[in-house]
Amino acid sequence: MARGAYYNEMFDAERAVRPHYAAFAEWLAETPPARIAQNRHAADLLFHRVGITFAVYGEASGTERLIPFDIVPHVIPGAQWEVLSRGLRQRVLALNRFLHDIYHGQEILHAGVIPAERVQRNAQFRREMVGVDVPGGVYAHIAGVDLVKHSDGEYYVLEDNLRTPSGVSYMLENRKMMMRLFPELFANQHIRPVDHYPDLLLETLRGMSQGSNDNPAIVLLTPGHHNSAYFEHAFLAQQMGIELVEGQDLFVLNNTVFMRTTQGPQKVDVIYRRIDDDFLDPLAFRPDSMLGVPGLLAAYRAGRVTLANAIGTGVADDKSMYPFVPEMIRFYLGEEPILKNVPTYLLAKAEDRDYVLAHLDELVVKEAQGSGGYGMLVGPTASRDERERYRQRILDSPERFIAQPTLSLSLVPTFCGDALADRHVDLRPYVLSGTECNLCPGGLTRVALREGSLVVNSSQGGGVKDTWVVD
Amino acid sequence: MLSRVASSLYWMSRYVERAENTARVLDVAWRMSLLVKEPALQDQEWFAPLNITGTLFPFSGRHSEVCAREVLHFMALDPENPSSIYACARQARENARSVRGTITSEMWEVLNSTWLEMQQMDEGRMEARGVSMFFDWVKERSHLFRGVTFGTMHRDDAYEFARLGTHMERADSTARILDVKYHILLPSVKDVGGAVDYYQWSAILRSVAAFEAYRKVYRDVITPLKLAELLIVRDDIPRSLRFCLRQVFETLGHVQNAQSGETVRLAGQILAALQYGRISEIFSTGLHEYLTEFLESMQGLSADIQRSFFSARTVE
Repeated sequence: MARGAYYNEMFDAERAVRPHYAAFAEWLAETPPARIAQNRHAADLLFHRVGITFAVYGEASGTERLIPFDIVPHVIPGAQWEVLSRGLRQRVLALNRFLHDIYHGQEILHAGVIPAERVQRNAQFRREMVGVDVPGGVYAHIAGVDLVKHSDGEYYVLEDNLRTPSGVSYMLENRKMMMRLFPELFANQHIRPVDHYPDLLLETLRGMSQGSNDNPAIVLLTPGHHNSAYFEHAFLAQQMGIELVEGQDLFVLNNTVFMRTTQGPQKVDVIYRRIDDDFLDPLAFRPDSMLGVPGLLAAYRAGRVTLANAIGTGVADDKSMYPFVPEMIRFYLGEEPILKNVPTYLLAKAEDRDYVLAHLDELVVKEAQGSGGYGMLVGPTASRDERERYRQRILDSPERFIAQPTLSLSLVPTFCGDALADRHVDLRPYVLSGTECNLCPGGLTRVALREGSLVVNSSQGGGVKDTWVVD
Repeated sequence: MLSRVASSLYWMSRYVERAENTARVLDVAWRMSLLVKEPALQDQEWFAPLNITGTLFPFSGRHSEVCAREVLHFMALDPENPSSIYACARQARENARSVRGTITSEMWEVLNSTWLEMQQMDEGRMEARGVSMFFDWVKERSHLFRGVTFGTMHRDDAYEFARLGTHMERADSTARILDVKYHILLPSVKDVGGAVDYYQWSAILRSVAAFEAYRKVYRDVITPLKLAELLIVRDDIPRSLRFCLRQVFETLGHVQNAQSGETVRLAGQILAALQYGRISEIFSTGLHEYLTEFLESMQGLSADIQRSFFSARTVE
């Protein structure tokens, strides 16, 4: 994976517009800049009024910010999406098989494909889940897989998010905004719709109910309105027509989960939880958690309630497990992986560590358990000082870190001020696994708004774009 | 529906209504302060808004002087005063935010944009806009919110709890506004029935938007007895105590549960007293004493609603 020129999604090497961007380019040339400027401003106002904001950790509590929205879409040709989507289904299926396996027979460990201690010593491996049967053997009902397109024009998987992946509300709101501002774009070409996502999600959750009831009670469990993704929780609950609950709204009696309502207690069958494992049940995990429901784990283990995602999925999306995913696909499915993995160095291994420490200025180093782009080192753009400080952190506890080559994320033109400039993007499609596997065409495109930046996280100055799969 | 959600809906509406009523009370004081009077009584009407909202004590803790500027700032814009219009707008929006999945997006947008605009407000802007314009804006936002609620919200329990909050708060506030005359002294006994007296009573009527209704119903000069009758026992004035209590009683009937019997009974009792009470009896007890007792029973009802519907309960 040598670092070459960046792949530009819209233009080829001769700066000619690629065919799948032709309709958009034509529209852009014809549309008066004043109208575009006016609509970009309108988009900002609308997002503010609708309150599509996220909270930023580490700033004064209650700080809400808008995620900047850019009107130039990330366009993906239909044929390319078909390959991607097959690759995503394959990958998530293998990850679910892996989760079932390590909480049951552990065949992949016995076969020596993955070192046993790497799983068993992993903090995300939940002993409480050993031998527990979950409906349909599905653990990660909702998976968000981060993809980037390298300079070779190929997609690589950056990471699998199998715990409580967020961002799908932006995918839906971005599309709504584009259709509202520029309806003519949608009339002139076939862009695959995404707005049925809440229906797909509801069907997925419904199919996982273990109750005898034909009309299971499904709730979305949120940490509350101080959480950075609260907008999304409220949005999805409303779109699906299910209750948005907090831990204090639920209680467990005789291994059955109830919610407190104005008409007394009501039984709950499926919980789409957006709270991490650690905070789910103060009796089983962190005793100081005020967000969870005492007794939830016991009810879950007794098969009286379904959790989506299951407890203990974190062991499969851990960055130190990531290098083994291609092997999982071969082991469980007997297939060759369709999607590529980024070469990954585990700093716990001496030979990897020596290499990484000698090449800090070329690599991205991150915490195996981290998320949200917090605390990572982007070697090529970091200062000498930053690299040296990071070196010390690595030496202090090498097992906490992994390293990867700096990926040359592809570029999409983006409005910066009133002019277009190329900015780096990634792509997060959402894969739903229940009685069947479903996904919406495209996903969430995140864009790094700072020139040259490769960090797309919203907490680190990233923005979002609409994602089009066009036929 | 979820108890927590019901509670947030109830408080969301209460805070919107409270912001509106505070604006109404301040508007009355403002209009009264424009009257010419003896220097000794200058600014005395600014005690009224503090007295009737029960905030005189926290106010005097932080301000040395009761005057237009200080009271207006304290009651309209002070983020530290939990009953200021500013704080009510914030609380209404916070409650709405925690139940965004239950209210319509249009309801949320009204409260959110009100709050965004409120944050831009300061004394300079309020004065530049005209104090009365600011109060009109607050009232309009409240009207808009109620209209959007009425026009967009699914008629389920959520709607009922929002409505319950509106009428509980409004009853409370009309009673307090009616009591305002008790707190404002006339310059001297000879002024009773004079121009200032008339102006004060009509300001009260205007503050609850019932001036035209009074004229239509009585076709007569404004007298305290008739005004009290209009705002206490008449059933066709939307801000009268009886009207509000009938709404509260009906709403409670829609959402009642196994624990709410006593709450419904208490609401019925307060309503019955309003239905069958005579205004002459109320005046023989004393209007102020009557209103004080009414406000106490409303506090009891509020606590009962809390207990019957919003308290965290396990299986009974």
